[in-house]
Amino acid sequence: MARKPGRSTAVATAVPANDDIGEAKRLEMYRLQVVIREAEQRANDLFFQNLIKGTSHLSLGQEAIASGVAAAMQPNDKTFCTYRGHAHTLARGVPVEQVLGELMGRDNGLMRGKGGSMHLTSVDHGVMGSYAIIGAHLPLACGSAWRAQYKGQDDVTVVFFGDGTTNIGAFHEALNWAVVYKLPVVFVCENNLYMEYTLTTEITAVKHPAADRAAAYGLPRIIIDGNDADAVYRTMQEAFAKARAGEGPSLVEALTYRHSGHSRADPAKYRPEGELEEWKKRDPLKIYRERLRQFGVPDSQIEAIDAEVKKIVDDATEACKAAPTTSTDVLFTDVYADGGWAWRN
Amino acid sequence: MAELTYRDAVARGIAQEMERDEDVVFLGEDVAAAGGVFKATLGLLDQFGPKRVIDTPISEQAILGAAMGAAMTGLKPIAEIMFADFLAVCYDYIANELPKARYMTNGQVSCPLVIRFGGGGGLRFGAQHSQTVENWCMQFPGLKVVSPSSPVDVIGLMAAAVRDPDPVMFMEHKALYAIKGEVPDGEIVDTLGTAKILRQGTDCTIVALGLMVHRALAAAERLAAEFGISAEVIDVRSLIPLDTQTILGSVAKTGRVFTVEENPRVLGWGAEIVSIIADEAFYDLDGPPVRITNPHIPLPAADMLEDMVIPSVDRVVETIRRSMAA
Repeated sequence: MARKPGRSTAVATAVPANDDIGEAKRLEMYRLQVVIREAEQRANDLFFQNLIKGTSHLSLGQEAIASGVAAAMQPNDKTFCTYRGHAHTLARGVPVEQVLGELMGRDNGLMRGKGGSMHLTSVDHGVMGSYAIIGAHLPLACGSAWRAQYKGQDDVTVVFFGDGTTNIGAFHEALNWAVVYKLPVVFVCENNLYMEYTLTTEITAVKHPAADRAAAYGLPRIIIDGNDADAVYRTMQEAFAKARAGEGPSLVEALTYRHSGHSRADPAKYRPEGELEEWKKRDPLKIYRERLRQFGVPDSQIEAIDAEVKKIVDDATEACKAAPTTSTDVLFTDVYADGGWAWRN
Repeated sequence: MAELTYRDAVARGIAQEMERDEDVVFLGEDVAAAGGVFKATLGLLDQFGPKRVIDTPISEQAILGAAMGAAMTGLKPIAEIMFADFLAVCYDYIANELPKARYMTNGQVSCPLVIRFGGGGGLRFGAQHSQTVENWCMQFPGLKVVSPSSPVDVIGLMAAAVRDPDPVMFMEHKALYAIKGEVPDGEIVDTLGTAKILRQGTDCTIVALGLMVHRALAAAERLAAEFGISAEVIDVRSLIPLDTQTILGSVAKTGRVFTVEENPRVLGWGAEIVSIIADEAFYDLDGPPVRITNPHIPLPAADMLEDMVIPSVDRVVETIRRSMAA
């Protein structure tokens, strides 16, 4: 059973200006979603121009989750992402240019080309890394939350993962661990229905891969509409409040759908005909534009945000194209803490 | 100066660092209330309390993952993996996560932690509870790997490992927990990346680690007494960083080198050392470098079988004697 979207939806509909989220936060969430949409679309285009090599896992269609979560976070909160992590990195305010630069292997890249698409990290923004081994970062998030608890710091750690992650051991170890030690961590499962190329329900013992496992760890079963940033935001506010109050972790399953394939190499032909079109009717940006209009935001203001973000992404793209390729100076740096790579004398 | 067991040195080394730095925390299975299955961490819970000395579930991935997540955000955890063999259960952190975090993030992330584990054979525990696994840890740039052979080195290297800003794999040898050694009073801090010459010699160099250091020393005594061969014995102690200068210096003096390794033959640490010697000290050599290792088989459990696999004092003596006579 899906959770009700929020505590004051009815009131919000009746009195838009005074609802629990408010216009400023909504505009912020809309803008974040547009940033992710435009940047991801641009990453896709740059791939086809061969300006981005390797692989890439896009969050097109999943923007509402990263945006809704980030909008509910405080600056000192920590994010742990997966290899599908551009969205969560951008949502914390990491500049588009640094993200695209990293994808393109340019010297202006976030990690100067040493990490690439699957490992975006910006500690200054609380983005503690993107992890490409399924499940590995869930225990890391527990560790980060443990540090906060140990030191009496009030930050919360959020960890994103996909539906496929719920079938690997580290997921279960981390949930048990977080509950046992009552850690301030929020587990966010982005259930986009497909574990890479396979329908998750076909290879999972339960219908809801995260939420149906929650009871095994004494946690409430929480399923939300992951395409509605408001629902995400409200759920996160509750989860963060619980974590900051010392009442332990939350596990949230957010239902969504990726518009593109698993990765660059995947045309997603395994999907039934019409499925994508059905989900596109519930495109998070479409939903949110409607929401803004419903709360009286004029189209001109929405269009201004669209134009502003498009310019940022265009400018970032040009800056990256003009940037030098990564300097080879960094090749042998930062293997060890002394800055170098010496393993012998 | 006091006489201390290797086992008690573990607890003293950890306590020394926990007293010094509030950010040092210790976690693992049965490490707190039970004092460790090898009783190497007795007393730490009483001294530092359950906030800093933590019993965990049997969740090796969560142990190393939580330690890493805590390290990258401000703590300095010491994580115990009970038997070295269990590193395979949480190998992702050793192979993919810990060693690469700093490099991939262009220096943004630091993981100052120590992973300690009991390795090694001689206790008749069979193939899944007896391995020395230093070779499993050496191949990942970004990790450091040490293994002490004496109580004083346990304390000094533990202190160095905890204070090091990089992740350190700290292998204790289970068959050494009961040995005793002289340990000075007060704080002891050693240096990673330093080998120790434990016995001076002129005819050949024996390079060993962990339990094999003791067998190499015993073999050297017999080689001298029975065959007039003067063997220099080096305790490598730190595989990464590797103190090649001490090893190369010794080989330049003796002209012969033997490694004694408690691990299956293929890709052992001795192979790396021999390759460095072949590259950089070939013309110092008076004969072939020889590796004395386990045969490339799993460890059997029965005592007489296990004793045939792990290099014994007899085998070290006999191999060196024959090679030196050839």
